[in-house]
Amino acid sequence: MKKQIVEELNGMPGTHPLSSLLREDRMPHIWCPGCDIGTVFSSCLTAIHESKIDYNNFAMVSGIGCTGRAAGYIKLDSFHTTHGRAIPFATGLKIAKPKMKIIVFSGDGDLFTIGGNHFIHAARRNIDLTVICVNNFTYGMTGGQVASTTPFNSKTSTTPQGNFEKPFNLPYMAAAAGAVYVSRWTTLDVRRLTSSIVEAFNKKGFSFIEVISSCPTSFGRKNKLGSPLDIIQHFHKISVIKNGIHPKDANLDIDKEIVVGKFVDMEAPTFFDLLEKIYPPETEKGA
Amino acid sequence: MEGTEHFIMGDVACAEAAIASGCRFFAGYPITPATEIAERMAKRLPQVGGVYIQMEDELASMAAVLGASWGGLKSMTATSGPGFSLMMENIGLGIVMEVPCVVVNVQRAGPSTGLPTLCAQGDMMQARWGSHGHYEIIALSASSPQELFDVTIKAFNLSEKYRLPVLIMTDEVVGHMTEKVIIPPSNRIEIYPRRITKLPPEEYLPYLPDEDMVAPMVGIGEGYHIHSTGLTHDKKGYPVISAPVQKDMIDRLVYKIRNNVDDIVEYREIETADAEIIIVAYGISVRPAQKALELAREKGIKCGMLRLTTIWPFAEKKIMELASQVKGFVVPEINYGQISLEVERCSAGHAKTILVSHAGGAIFNPNEILEAVEKL
Ligand SMILES: Cc1ncc(C[n+]2csc(CCOP(=O)(O)OP(=O)(O)O)c2C)c(N)n1
Ligand code: SF4
Repeated sequence: MKKQIVEELNGMPGTHPLSSLLREDRMPHIWCPGCDIGTVFSSCLTAIHESKIDYNNFAMVSGIGCTGRAAGYIKLDSFHTTHGRAIPFATGLKIAKPKMKIIVFSGDGDLFTIGGNHFIHAARRNIDLTVICVNNFTYGMTGGQVASTTPFNSKTSTTPQGNFEKPFNLPYMAAAAGAVYVSRWTTLDVRRLTSSIVEAFNKKGFSFIEVISSCPTSFGRKNKLGSPLDIIQHFHKISVIKNGIHPKDANLDIDKEIVVGKFVDMEAPTFFDLLEKIYPPETEKGA
Repeated sequence: MEGTEHFIMGDVACAEAAIASGCRFFAGYPITPATEIAERMAKRLPQVGGVYIQMEDELASMAAVLGASWGGLKSMTATSGPGFSLMMENIGLGIVMEVPCVVVNVQRAGPSTGLPTLCAQGDMMQARWGSHGHYEIIALSASSPQELFDVTIKAFNLSEKYRLPVLIMTDEVVGHMTEKVIIPPSNRIEIYPRRITKLPPEEYLPYLPDEDMVAPMVGIGEGYHIHSTGLTHDKKGYPVISAPVQKDMIDRLVYKIRNNVDDIVEYREIETADAEIIIVAYGISVRPAQKALELAREKGIKCGMLRLTTIWPFAEKKIMELASQVKGFVVPEINYGQISLEVERCSAGHAKTILVSHAGGAIFNPNEILEAVEKL
């Protein structure tokens, strides 16, 4: 099935609506059938398209993980860095290319477990980056170990009796650290997710979008969540939209309730605003 | 600052050389004895339209340097032992993505927190092999603020020419020493500009090398849509998980340096013509070695010195050549034997090698080196 689609795509270049943003010569991708990363990735490509911003003005930076492979599939300047370090790499890139839109696209383990420190500091600096996190509650790539986002009691290959640690509330952390745009969606909310990404692109400052996603192969199987379709139906059943609530109340209980929505959308001086205030661009050169 | 004579600290000279080289981005994290480089860059970069950013740690500093360099800014970071250890993974990323940048290690005594304010030369092998996998690196050293200025310019140029992070392995004493430094006028400083392709996007492959095995780069945001990854990749920059592609990539990363050692390696010979004993020294140890050489000559010993500016790649050919001429080498270094092992390897049994070791925290007394010379 997968092969056939690829052949069709190869046979008719340019026929897929997003093909000009895809490295079709890299298909088939590595993602498992039913994996939600593809949904988030295509939402992101659609958002790039819908934003009407010149494609050349975008670059994508990823860390390591299944999600991190996204940078290798997008046909833009793209960087696949080291585990946890996408944000600081993107920070340097953004400073060198302040007019470009830099998207950081990575997994929860990458952005928040190994890389959490960089996330809070980038949010604190309010540097213009759009960070999209595919939160599948686990380390998909290495076979489904516990992460700092794994729900309490969930089974992973390194918490065979259930996770005895508590997970982060990512929107709350992002907001507390200084992000000016924070939202959470599930992979069911494709349209809302897409327009949220467009909004984030247009936001001055640090924007963060968490996407509750499934990893049917590891997390889904270990926790007996059923087929990819079952998981999506479950998201449908238990997710509630609560725009504008304080992110500390954005409950995330994968058995009972997933609160989604846009929680933060505010104005605050960005890294570049403040930098220019102290060092106006007309500062005498070579003094 | 340019075209004038100054009385400045080594760390400051290093920062000034970076500015003169066109460095416009510095990401770092404070650490003794490298902090003064960061402080100087924080003051100077805004004056020349550059950006200094203090990152949350050295992992981030190194990653930001790579990002900024990809974005087209000449970039640098500076640290010491503990921070150098944290930078290793992303130095490896810089090697594999082939990102020009400069990393300064103002060495202090380790392991671990060690002696934060006192010197050592204990990270020379870490510079060579500290990141995982097999690769070639360029590392330079300096024995005075002036030399630190000069090698910093050289480091930026080599990093652009060969597309890799270049390491400057100086030490606390040189970093904190204040001496005369002549900063030449800018038209007298040779700058190697970034190699940018002339090909249009349709024809360009990010990792297709020129004849010298180095691939030209592109400007980001200019429609080339490059992909760069730390995974083993082909000429397109696309990951390929296979032994043949691994061989192609490693061959190129290794031979772009090995085939150009004559261009990269720099050293100075002092009184080696008639020498029977040669002191091989680098960094701060050059200075007591110079004194030891003079004392030995006074005693009628035919002693010379080979001063290494380039540490990696190692001055293999020179050592081999000298080995057939001399009785032996004396290698003073503030560690328990790192570069001395290279000297021993290259002399291949043709000459003896004596290590003069020091655990760190102080520099050599010339007499300690002289003693070894006399023993040979
Ligand atoms: C420094 C380092 N430690 C560990 C790994 C192994 N590793 C690769 S991917 C990964 C986890 C990725 O998890 P996540 O970011 O959640 O992405 P996912 O695979 O779930 O999309 C780990 C631990 C690595 N590549 N580098
Ligand atoms: S392991 Fe999980 S996260 Fe990775 S591709 Fe498969 S389903 Fe997706």
